[in-house]
Amino acid sequence: MTFLQFIFYLFAAILIVSSLLVVTVRNPVRSALFLVLAFFSAACLWLTLEAEFLAIALVLVYVGAVMVLFLFVIMMLDIDIAKMRAGFTNYLPLGLIVAVLMAGELGLVMFSKEFSAESLPRPAGQIAEYSNTKALGSLVYTDYVFAFELAAVILLVAIVAAIALTLRRRPVTRYQAPEQQVKVRKEDRVRLVTLPTRPEEDA
Amino acid sequence: MIPLSHYLIVGALLFAISVVGIFLNRKNLVIILMAIELLLLAANMNFVAFSHYLGDLSGQVFVFFILTVAAAEAAIGLAILIVLFRTRRSINVQDLDRLQG
Amino acid sequence: MQNLELVYLAIPLLCLAAAVGAGFLGSRIGRTHSHRVAIAGVGSAFVLSCWVAWDVFHGGYFNGPVYTWAVSGGIQFEIGFLIDPLSAVMMVIVTFVSLMVHIYTIGYMAEDPGYSRFFGYIALFTFAMLMLVMSNNFLQLFFGWEGVGLVSYLLIGFWYERESAVRANLKAFLVNRVGDFGFILGIAAVLSLFGTLDYAEVFKAAPSAKLEVFEGPWGVEWGAITVICLLLFVGAMGKSAQVPLHVWLPDSMEGPTPISALIHAATMVTAGIFLVARMSPLYEMSVAASSTVLIVGALTAFLMAFVAVVQTDIKRVVAYSTLSQLGYMTVALGVSAYSIAIFHLATHAFFKALLFLAAGSVIIAMHHEQDMRRMGGLRRVMPITYMTCLVGSLALAGIPPFAGFFSKDAIIEAVHHSSVPGAGFAYVSVLLGVILTAFYSFRLVFMAFHGPSRVDSHTREHLHESPWVVTLPLVLLAIPSVIAGFVLVGPVFDGSLLRDSVSALPVGEDGLALTAAGMLTHVPVSIPFWLAVLGIVLAWVFYSLKPDWPDMLAARFNRVYRVFLNKYGFDELYQKVFADGSRWLGEQLWQWGDRTVIDGWLVNGSAALVNKSSLLVRRLQSGFVYHYAFAMIIGLVGLMSWLFFA
Repeated sequence: MTFLQFIFYLFAAILIVSSLLVVTVRNPVRSALFLVLAFFSAACLWLTLEAEFLAIALVLVYVGAVMVLFLFVIMMLDIDIAKMRAGFTNYLPLGLIVAVLMAGELGLVMFSKEFSAESLPRPAGQIAEYSNTKALGSLVYTDYVFAFELAAVILLVAIVAAIALTLRRRPVTRYQAPEQQVKVRKEDRVRLVTLPTRPEEDA
Repeated sequence: MIPLSHYLIVGALLFAISVVGIFLNRKNLVIILMAIELLLLAANMNFVAFSHYLGDLSGQVFVFFILTVAAAEAAIGLAILIVLFRTRRSINVQDLDRLQG
Repeated sequence: MQNLELVYLAIPLLCLAAAVGAGFLGSRIGRTHSHRVAIAGVGSAFVLSCWVAWDVFHGGYFNGPVYTWAVSGGIQFEIGFLIDPLSAVMMVIVTFVSLMVHIYTIGYMAEDPGYSRFFGYIALFTFAMLMLVMSNNFLQLFFGWEGVGLVSYLLIGFWYERESAVRANLKAFLVNRVGDFGFILGIAAVLSLFGTLDYAEVFKAAPSAKLEVFEGPWGVEWGAITVICLLLFVGAMGKSAQVPLHVWLPDSMEGPTPISALIHAATMVTAGIFLVARMSPLYEMSVAASSTVLIVGALTAFLMAFVAVVQTDIKRVVAYSTLSQLGYMTVALGVSAYSIAIFHLATHAFFKALLFLAAGSVIIAMHHEQDMRRMGGLRRVMPITYMTCLVGSLALAGIPPFAGFFSKDAIIEAVHHSSVPGAGFAYVSVLLGVILTAFYSFRLVFMAFHGPSRVDSHTREHLHESPWVVTLPLVLLAIPSVIAGFVLVGPVFDGSLLRDSVSALPVGEDGLALTAAGMLTHVPVSIPFWLAVLGIVLAWVFYSLKPDWPDMLAARFNRVYRVFLNKYGFDELYQKVFADGSRWLGEQLWQWGDRTVIDGWLVNGSAALVNKSSLLVRRLQSGFVYHYAFAMIIGLVGLMSWLFFA
């Protein structure tokens, strides 16, 4: 067993186990954390596939941003975990049948000769100067530039949508009204009163 | 050496697990969203594996876009979740029966 | 010979303009202007027709398109004129009788609210009839054919407030549909066989198509020419009211009398005769068709004559005599004596229009009483009507030297010399018809004009001769009724009248070349003449000398009398079989086809099916999103399995 194989089987095992835990543990915070672990091991697997940029992006984007978002949401919401778990096993048989069928069928395909080491051998590693990021970048910014810009627009739309969905005005919160502030005149704010001068006590 | 099929099996297992996850956690919307992220990860795994074994970087470009879309999807999905929780005080999928005629 | 194309075009178009003027603008320009417009149009058409006829008899001939209406699949649909002696004769007859009827109508319809409308209709009729006779192709012939049919329908139902009129025009329309169906099938057959609708081209191609056959059902082969001739003759039977499609003509007498004279005696009903004469080159090639024509004509000629004998309505007597005379013409066509058929058509047009108009004159005087049993002795108060009616009856009965004698005698002679199968039967029929014709025409004369007056006292006070607009056409029509035969018989037999526009007479060793002088000298030994005299004498005996004999005879031979009175039960049979049959079929289609199948199964059934299946499918729509997600996933697995194992 080479070192690469060892790495692969190790992280593949961590990935499978942690993703199983994601869908089975009781506490959503824990499943989110297991998801982080799963993503992390997936990133490691991608490194064995020489997809360094994507591996780093997965860790940065998913582990760093998306999963934190998930954690925020889970912690913000007041969820009754016990109630959530009720009837957990109701659909277990059906789910298992479907999953086994699916995995079995997929496995039958995957183990076919087309994907074996003989017919599709692992390519030799790249030279030391090779930069995955550079290669990917030159592809994204040339052939896929329109799709790339479209992706940027999608992200922008997602930002706008997320804000628009969650933005709300609470009646109890006090807000500034700038348009009212600039319209204000002196008479509205300042009232000059003439106070009678107090008689000299001394006099 | 590791054959391509091993990577593909990992992807297939991930996929099956997340499907089971969707079946099991039909009360908790957050977990369902996480399972969907796992589904996408399974797909990405296949893309990356094929990209490497076929020597074609386009697979990785696709993963790149899938990550983008998945991030957007997660953001909007969570936003919807929050709005849902505000209005119904619950993220229980079984409470979401307004579609019934 | 001049170039008269513009004149040809003007003749029908003047009538059309008159129709538009009187019909559409009638309410605006008033009654007097309506009839002026119509008479001016038809009158000038008559003058121009005479000019054209004069030209044609001096060698003029025209055959050509006016304009191409449509070209479809290489077939030209054209409006065109064929001006030859046959059409010239028809044009003169049509415009002359039409003009007479126009003038007569001024008097007859004087008090009718639909005055302008009537003029519009009859001018339109004249237009359509002219298009029919002047046509040089089948399409325009059909156009004119349907045009006259339409006007006939409109005019029979002219008094549309009367239920009987509406029924009669519906009947005429439906019966004519049967004929027209055959006619248009015939035209289609012509088109499929010859690929053209032009007469001249069809006749040119006909000899080489003699052996062509149409494949019938069960592999039976029919001679193409015979099929075409028979189908066209079905159309002619409808229009010319031959047995068994004759039932509409007696009922058409519901219309005003002028149109009975114009349309249902003189012109439109002779369109069928004209058609067969026009198609004579085709009929000459099919003995079977000729024989059918002959037998149908003979049946019509003598069966309808019997019915005329028992009718009491003055117009119906004349109507049945028209049927009988149309039968004579058809017999002439059947024995290939086309020119004689046209000869009889011409003389018949004059004297039958005359008889109808005279009957109309009587009807005006009697305040629209049409029953001859309530007339009598009118001779003294209506001398002009009486004289002209007598002339018409003599012509109809075939007494020399009146017009009918020459034409009818010629037909009988032609039948006598013919060898077409069925000629023997036809000969007996037409001879029998002669007695009956004489008998019923003089029965009319004696019942209406002679004997004691049976008019009720109120009407009697108002009895008077009709105004000049009524009597003038009578006199003008009486003239040709007397002389037309004498004048035309020579040209008919030496072939100078119709030249080669119809197939020549079968003149041969039989020596059927008759002349006026020859026919007149043969009168004392002529069987038909003595039969006609016998008929008149019988009529005199029965209706003048011994007026109680007819009733006695009727009582004695009650069953026979009933058969005649019921017109052989054709009406009842058609009512039972066709009218009630279609109604039954309609009822069944309504009850079963419409209500059960369409409403029950298709409309409500499909709705109920959707409803029921919806009730089932509805349960799938739980409204829970995860159910839908599960369905998607299970579907995915199913699809995968299918792709995998299939």
